[in-house]
Amino acid sequence: MVGGAATAMAASTPSDAQTKRTTMPPDPAAMPVTMPVTLKVNGKDRPLSLDPRTTLLDALREHLHLSGTKKGCDHGQCGACTVLVNGQRINSCLSLALQHDGDAITTIEGLGTPDKLHPMQAAFVRHDGYQCGYCTPGQICSAVAVLDEIRAGVPSHVQADLMARPQASNIEMRERMSGNICRCGAYSNIADAMADVAGAKA
Amino acid sequence: MKAFTYERAKDPVAAARAATRPGAKFLAGGTNLLDLMKIEVETPTHLIDVQDLKLDRIEKTEDGGLRIGALVTNTALSADERVRRDYGVLSRAIAAGASGQLRNKATTAGNLLQRTRCPYFYDTNMACNKRKPGSGCSAIGGYSRQLAVVGTSGQCIATNPSDMNVAMRVLDAVVETVNPQGQTRAIPIADFHRLPGDTPHIETVLQPGELITSVTLPRPLGGTHIYEKVRDRASYAFALISVAAVVQKDGSGRVAVGGVAHKPWRVEAADAQLPAGAKAVTARLLADARPTEHNAFKVPLVERTIAAVISQARTA
Repeated sequence: MVGGAATAMAASTPSDAQTKRTTMPPDPAAMPVTMPVTLKVNGKDRPLSLDPRTTLLDALREHLHLSGTKKGCDHGQCGACTVLVNGQRINSCLSLALQHDGDAITTIEGLGTPDKLHPMQAAFVRHDGYQCGYCTPGQICSAVAVLDEIRAGVPSHVQADLMARPQASNIEMRERMSGNICRCGAYSNIADAMADVAGAKA
Repeated sequence: MKAFTYERAKDPVAAARAATRPGAKFLAGGTNLLDLMKIEVETPTHLIDVQDLKLDRIEKTEDGGLRIGALVTNTALSADERVRRDYGVLSRAIAAGASGQLRNKATTAGNLLQRTRCPYFYDTNMACNKRKPGSGCSAIGGYSRQLAVVGTSGQCIATNPSDMNVAMRVLDAVVETVNPQGQTRAIPIADFHRLPGDTPHIETVLQPGELITSVTLPRPLGGTHIYEKVRDRASYAFALISVAAVVQKDGSGRVAVGGVAHKPWRVEAADAQLPAGAKAVTARLLADARPTEHNAFKVPLVERTIAAVISQARTA
């Protein structure tokens, strides 16, 4: 464990520091200390020194300024914060950055670029899989992982036979994407985009 | 979120020892704990991250069952070929819970220790004997549609929210632990979760510092495995009620129910009624039910869901 209050302040944004000043108890022993952690984000090692309370989501957005990953509910209910950790999708809001020392994190910024879209990004554009776009980075990260999970044989609630290979069908996409909420209601186009990438008819 | 210190434990006994420190808590997946820490329902001062304890394997036991490491994720457990083939009710129960993202992170031990979703437990402005012992229960006389109908007390009517636990109960799983002195013990799932009584804040029989290392399943039971969950939307919602069942060709079997009590609910005398039908099973299972005006619907819902399960098993 390194540093003290000064390090914590230096590592925070001005608005963070403000909040901490007003909400932290005055006892210096209770002041936040930071801990070192290295995240491998989109292929690059990113060493950080963080207050233990920092979620993976806040580390990505506030400390690494990768604002593609969105904060919706901050309670694991909406899926806007979905990123891939060692290839698996998780809610980055319900994970401490310290839990991910050495982990490979892929955010929407790491999937593709405006010049070279990931096939799932291209399919979302083609099928109009969004309106306001706020949930879209989470939807796309989740959708990429869903197709991997289907390929890996992870069963779902709607699967009739647990011993059969899961299919990339419309009902499967809908069930497997239920952790990603879209208030604009682009669901049917999202399922179409996923079916397109999976090479199946929705 | 309140400030805390963080460490990664190197071995199970060291983790158990570290957890005897006042205010310390184990951190596995964190999907439930961090959520509750954000709203300051949980306020640990020290977190012991157990992810490096190598408790993430599923192995055969000597008597033909399975030993599931405490840190096996819900996804890995549900997807394991042996679980899908021999313990289908468990695979299905897990797939019926939460979302893909949460199942990738949530662990077997964490799911066993998942805390109630009673809205009054979550709302720190309300009285809750579970959150703050002795403060009262706002759920009693409050909005109780989701809450328990059986095994309740005058202090608490919360339910255990887990789907996995209902399947573990029907399979007679055993929870294996280690304590800070390095002693191990095996706790049958029937004894693991407690009824609320006068101490609803004490939810399991685990002692201070005691760490879950694995869960074992007995040898496969055969039969038809069914998990039927009834909820307000088709996916990603907690159960109003759920039924886990293993039914044999002759109509005998066992049944456990979720969403009705402070623990996964099973009454062995009710199992014996399976060949007689859903009415007889439910009469035994919920004989002592004390529903509220909001959740009285759960009693007939359990009966009808068991009837659907029995009919499914017949045609399987």
